[in-house]
Amino acid sequence: MATVDLKDVKKVYPSGVEAVKGVSIAIPDKELCVLVGPSGCGKSTLLRMIAGLETISAGTVAIDGKVVNAIGPTERDIAMVFQNYALYPHMKVYDNMAYGLRNRGTPKDEIDSRVRSTAKVLELSALLDRRPRELSGGQRQRVAMGRAIVRNPKVFLFDEPLSNLDAKLRGQMRVEIKNLQRTLGVTSVYVTHDQLEAMTLADILVVMNAGLVEQTGAPLDVYEKPASIFVASFIGAPPMNLLALTGSSSGPMLADGTAIGFAARETPAVTLGFRPEDADVTFNAEALPGALVLPATVEAVEPVGAESFLHCVAAGSRIIVRVSGRATAKPGDQLRVVAKAEKLHWFDQAGKRVD
Amino acid sequence: MAPQLAITLVFFYWPAGQALYQSMLRQDPFGLRTRFVWFANFRKVLADPAYLNSIQVTVVFSLATAIVAMVVALLLAVMAEKAVRGKGLYRTLLIWPYAVAPAIAGMLWLFLFNPSIGSLAYVLRSLGIAWDPLLNGTHAMILLVSAAAWKQISYNFLFFVAGLQAVPKTLIEAAAMDGAGETKRFWTIVFPLLAPTTFFLLVVNTVYALFDTFGIVHAVTGGGPGKATETLVYKVYNDGFVNLILGDSAAQSVILMAIVIALTAIQFRYVERKVHYG
Repeated sequence: MATVDLKDVKKVYPSGVEAVKGVSIAIPDKELCVLVGPSGCGKSTLLRMIAGLETISAGTVAIDGKVVNAIGPTERDIAMVFQNYALYPHMKVYDNMAYGLRNRGTPKDEIDSRVRSTAKVLELSALLDRRPRELSGGQRQRVAMGRAIVRNPKVFLFDEPLSNLDAKLRGQMRVEIKNLQRTLGVTSVYVTHDQLEAMTLADILVVMNAGLVEQTGAPLDVYEKPASIFVASFIGAPPMNLLALTGSSSGPMLADGTAIGFAARETPAVTLGFRPEDADVTFNAEALPGALVLPATVEAVEPVGAESFLHCVAAGSRIIVRVSGRATAKPGDQLRVVAKAEKLHWFDQAGKRVD
Repeated sequence: MAPQLAITLVFFYWPAGQALYQSMLRQDPFGLRTRFVWFANFRKVLADPAYLNSIQVTVVFSLATAIVAMVVALLLAVMAEKAVRGKGLYRTLLIWPYAVAPAIAGMLWLFLFNPSIGSLAYVLRSLGIAWDPLLNGTHAMILLVSAAAWKQISYNFLFFVAGLQAVPKTLIEAAAMDGAGETKRFWTIVFPLLAPTTFFLLVVNTVYALFDTFGIVHAVTGGGPGKATETLVYKVYNDGFVNLILGDSAAQSVILMAIVIALTAIQFRYVERKVHYG
């Protein structure tokens, strides 16, 4: 149906604030691209520029190969699901969904059949005569989705659509959005600050920070090979454990002087990281060649059910280790955290990944 | 006894009771004897063609004033929303007329449109319009409506600006993405969402035009020419304090009081309850 291409897109506000500092993303047809990042990273601004709600200061946005910089939101044939849903409060659900079709002069009977079939897909058929204020949060969310879907637009935009729902509903809707997007095959851009949503929904994951793209790629590639310390600490919950290194004649060692026990790489890495699930704990004192071994003190244990998180202090830093099932360690225990060498991530002075 | 109640008793119930009592009295021409006549004054007033004319004048005047004041204010408020620079200045200037006393506002318009010395009357005449509010009843009414509406525009403007700001920006954006142009967005989204403000202002403006425009009428036309601009309130004054027909005048005040009570009831019944979204 449509591709979306961003080329060196920038947004500078009249106040001089540079919200987006040159972003290039190519979204192939039918794929779902998730923009993820902390608040203020420019992801929503970028989405609004694709929508046509913000002017583009520099660069180009192209939909289906056609540059749309000068085309207003009315003519871009894009639908958006807003964070607060933005349902028209004075219109019934039916009219909310029919509004966009009416504005485009669709024949009445076609509007009716499209609204009703979309309502059926989203299980809204019984609610068509209600007004938005008579709906629950989840139902409003569905209506907002329905309003976008019914128009059959070239591109869907989602601006943190699930952030107003409770955790359980959010999980359900996440799966539903993914299924719908796949069934309808509409190119989509989804903005969120929730890395779990980002990981589960994305075909292409774009991690943004301070107006720039930190990394673009398939979610698992980003997870397994974070391009920077920022990505490593943002993607994944709990975040990656990071330890500072200092160089010495006998090779790198941890900031408190603990030798890391094996040769590090030749490139000058200054930070070392490992995921909570890539480490384990042991009470034994045997030598473990080819692994990072850190003496640690347990500070807290968080049992989640299927797994437990051990919050430890090692080499002066706080680290989290995931152990499956019930943890045997208790707060105050002295133990050793072990991470396999091949599961370690290395980052240089600038915070970039070193391989 | 609560002081509020005491104040209400002294300043409302007592005079209202007096008016009611007065409306059932009739004096002889020299004021030597007073008779209690029950509802004869009401029968007389309601059968009087001058009173019926006054009702008609009041309806025309009130509706015209309310509509003109609201339409112009809405237009100005929409433009104020769109202003990129000088929003604050624009708003301040538009709010000022509200601080002008009704009689002063009336004088202002009277001078501007006085057939012999008014500068704007001169402009109208040079445009080929035989402008004569002193003899032409319709012209007098137009002048009166203009003056009364002009004063109320500021008030309405304030409420419309607040109302427009309360319309969520995302709704406008959603409508834009739904393919609605600017005009369409206004009529299908913004205007319906302004309904609570509009209904509130309709009541306030009608009440204003009915009861608060005495000063303007008195300054601009004095109810003339003939009785072309004699509103109900002005007639109460004219009959009571100029012609000294106290019984008739009191009967008219009582009728006005009934109208106010009815309007208040409408306000509470419909406006406050029904016209709400959210």
